[in-house]
Amino acid sequence: MVWFMVRLYCFLSMRVALFVTCLTDQFYAEAGVAAVKLLRSLGCEVAFPKAQTCCGQPAYNAGYWKEARQMADHTLEVFAEAEYVVLPSGSCTTMVRAFYPELYRDTPKTFEKADALSRKTFELAEFIVKVLGITKLGQGLEGQRIAYHHGCHALRELGIKNEPLALLKNAGAEIVDWEAAMECCGFGGLFSVKLPEVALSMADRKLQTLPPVDYLTSADGGCMLHLSGRIENRKLNVPVKPLATVLWEASQVKEATRAG
Amino acid sequence: MQVKANDYPKESARVLREEPGVRESVTAATLNFDGKRRQMYAEVDSEEWRDFAEGVKNHVLSNLGTYLTQAEAALQRNGVQVHWAEDAEAAQRIVADIAKANQVQRVVKAKTMVSEELGINPMLEGLGMEVLETDLGEYIIQLLDQPPSHIIGPAIHLSLEQIRKLFHERFDTPPEAAPELLAATARKLLREGFLKADMGISGGNFLVAETGTLALIENEGNIRLSTSAPRIHVALVGLEKLLPRFSDLSVFLSLTARAATGQRLGTFVSLIQGPRRAGESDGPEEVHVVLVDNGRSSVLADREAWETLRCVRCGACLNACPVYRQTGGHAYGYVYSGPIGAILAPGLVGLENTKPLPYASSLCGACFQACPVRIPIPKLLLTWRNRAVEQGLQPQLEAAAIKGYAAAMTRPWAYNLGSRALRMLPKEALDNTVLPVVKAWTEGRAGIKPSPKSFRELWDEGI
Repeated sequence: MVWFMVRLYCFLSMRVALFVTCLTDQFYAEAGVAAVKLLRSLGCEVAFPKAQTCCGQPAYNAGYWKEARQMADHTLEVFAEAEYVVLPSGSCTTMVRAFYPELYRDTPKTFEKADALSRKTFELAEFIVKVLGITKLGQGLEGQRIAYHHGCHALRELGIKNEPLALLKNAGAEIVDWEAAMECCGFGGLFSVKLPEVALSMADRKLQTLPPVDYLTSADGGCMLHLSGRIENRKLNVPVKPLATVLWEASQVKEATRAG
Repeated sequence: MQVKANDYPKESARVLREEPGVRESVTAATLNFDGKRRQMYAEVDSEEWRDFAEGVKNHVLSNLGTYLTQAEAALQRNGVQVHWAEDAEAAQRIVADIAKANQVQRVVKAKTMVSEELGINPMLEGLGMEVLETDLGEYIIQLLDQPPSHIIGPAIHLSLEQIRKLFHERFDTPPEAAPELLAATARKLLREGFLKADMGISGGNFLVAETGTLALIENEGNIRLSTSAPRIHVALVGLEKLLPRFSDLSVFLSLTARAATGQRLGTFVSLIQGPRRAGESDGPEEVHVVLVDNGRSSVLADREAWETLRCVRCGACLNACPVYRQTGGHAYGYVYSGPIGAILAPGLVGLENTKPLPYASSLCGACFQACPVRIPIPKLLLTWRNRAVEQGLQPQLEAAAIKGYAAAMTRPWAYNLGSRALRMLPKEALDNTVLPVVKAWTEGRAGIKPSPKSFRELWDEGI
């Protein structure tokens, strides 16, 4: 009964605006679809504000704060009315949540808007665990050996670490012990093309330490493009799957769903 | 020291291409340091220790004038001669004058980064003096005529094989000599150096304003010998090294050792209270402390970058940095490398001379987590990047591209157009080397493949 009430409450009140992010939109579209299906299956009403573009992170990280502010202004407007904003990306979540307020620290009026958006913005796995209070999606990952790459921004700026791991493990996955799991892969936005040799050397360190796995997953499109590009170039046999896709798959086998 | 930081992009690529052993040695050494640092942080309430250390340093930096005056008086009470060096030239002149006044011929050096910063060795050698580095790592790189590649591990870029070869060639040790034999060989040579030296030069980890105590942390005993065996001891101390009270050392000595090498305390800690006194059997006849500015006061006046001056030069951020690990310190082209170097160098020697350094980071944040005094390194890297952009130091093409990108991203119709165009491009455009950015990507990575349909198309079709 309590569960039913929770679900009913959830169904009636959780209105999520999906900020799909430009990389997911363009390169991991299926992960965006998975995020929508997953959120709906958990009782959320999902909207996709069509005016959304890029959060501005590449410009911000490269030092172009004026341009980053233009994109942030745009994003603030697009999501002003949203109840929750959920992103299938750790670093874009960090941009909105941690760096937007930073960008406006000298303009109190916009800072307030940025602060308001910051407070309702969540990375997908984090949203499921912290806001929806769900730690078990299903049993769909039973027997799978998975490497989880922690995106640096989500891990160190936002402290998101256990949420994705819990969702994966509780769905039956084995998260392999990976020495470099929490090390940067070398993507770093423009870093990856400004200093490509260093960036690739960093990717190699990640891949050299990677134990045998069924696939690698991460909540960050940039890291995945970089790592999978390197994997293919090196002719390694490591599939890379976005976290949203994996979590959707996790939820597809519903045995004992409510045990967690 | 000559600043070659603008060559970082070229140099980092060259080191990776031509000296692959550096990555291996540096990665192994720094992972080892970093792992021990974590253990030693976990053993205490490191958050509280770091809160304390950050607070003390902030207090000192906010009242630096007061503490410098107090330190000068306390040092003088202890019989120490105090000198003020506004820049490297002044510091060189002060050290040269002390050396000349005392007919110094042989100098032993305790490991000191500020001396590298000030170019003390070449200056003394130019005056015809013999200069001997006595830290084992420093000694090795002195033999090789290289600058240090790490703040506390100056020779960590070298492999055991390289050191064996060097010692075999120079000192005729067996080609397969054990590390212990190499160390013993160096020790014998260094001992002779200590006994013959007229002057010892050190840095200073901390200078206590209250008591005029100079604190030095080390593991080899060479600092103690360098500062006590020769007639003259000269300590070069950056303005930011002050601590208010003697009791502050209780946290700072242990926290620095934990952060730097993962030790509870350095094997040797020297607390120097002035020259040899009447009735004492050893110690130098004269102790000089040179308080060095060399750009620090302008960093202190900087609204953002002043926090950099909390740095205790432990090297923890280098050990934690995955970018530093790939190349070691030489590629950075400045005495201070790694994350701290990347934010210190622009402040000390100018952004125009060091502009690639703030970009030598993926902004992963590991440095900030390791820093014992919580310098917001990622934030300051971003600040320097923003300044580089504001000052027009970035390539015009890049600036124009970012402007165009921002213009497109603030106009949903333009974004949609771009989204469609991306899918109509010939495969070669994203796979090959037509655009410079794509070229930089595809050399070493498979080409970029857009999803057959964008998410927004799929959404429109119905999910």
